[in-house]
Amino acid sequence: MTTSEKYVTAAYCVVFGVVLLYVVIIAFKVQRLERDLDELEEKRRG
Amino acid sequence: MRRIPLPVLAAASLVLVTTALVLVFFVAPNDADQGFSQRIFYFHVSIAFTSYLCFGAGAWKALRHLWKRDPGADLESYVAVHQGVIFGALVLLTGSIWAKISWGHWWVWSEDQLVLFLVLFLFYAAYFMLRFSVDPGPQRANLSAVYALFGVVLVPVSFLAIRLSHRLIHPEVFTRHGPNFGGWILAAYLVAQAAVIVLAYTLYRVELAGKLLDVRIKELRTA
Repeated sequence: MTTSEKYVTAAYCVVFGVVLLYVVIIAFKVQRLERDLDELEEKRRG
Repeated sequence: MRRIPLPVLAAASLVLVTTALVLVFFVAPNDADQGFSQRIFYFHVSIAFTSYLCFGAGAWKALRHLWKRDPGADLESYVAVHQGVIFGALVLLTGSIWAKISWGHWWVWSEDQLVLFLVLFLFYAAYFMLRFSVDPGPQRANLSAVYALFGVVLVPVSFLAIRLSHRLIHPEVFTRHGPNFGGWILAAYLVAQAAVIVLAYTLYRVELAGKLLDVRIKELRTA
């Protein structure tokens, strides 16, 4: 692998790494929202 | 207005990003001047334009909040600015990598375009400090909207900086006569640009849906 190829690979890995991290953070948030909804559902049922 | 369903947007993002990567790495020729390293350009420039679009959308929603008092415009402005900052960080990171291979430095302080983009990025990064230093409510929404509107002035300045600068190290990609390239390079760039815009819009819609759900749950708790 040449130096240019290493830098280009690094740049594209950074882009997809950040997007993936963002998706993981959103997934955790959705999980928390699901828990909150379940909690509200439990309360409503009494 | 009917919105495109999220699964359709997610599928379109996947198809466009995959097509863009195939065009960038297997179809577009090597640049005569920079060689293989020029391939960073396709996503770097696309992400930069997308971050400008996000900041523009954030300002537009901020204006709608201040002018028409659109319900939800404040939250939409916040999410758009958030997307803009994420994409702005990617511009700085990919740009630094490209600068290192092309110019031999991670950052060049004498380049107006670089410094102005950093100023724009830091301005919008400070938006969150302002927003979360005020309690939730109309005051927070109004202050955030005014700040988001002020920041958008920096977008054309950042975009035009390259034309105002006399030390042109940073390449000028778009001139008055159109793009400085054609053929497969242009085709790969256009597909990459479409891919990044659709991806950003998909992420915007996902984040906004989460925020709206969060607001509704909080309202139900206090009801």
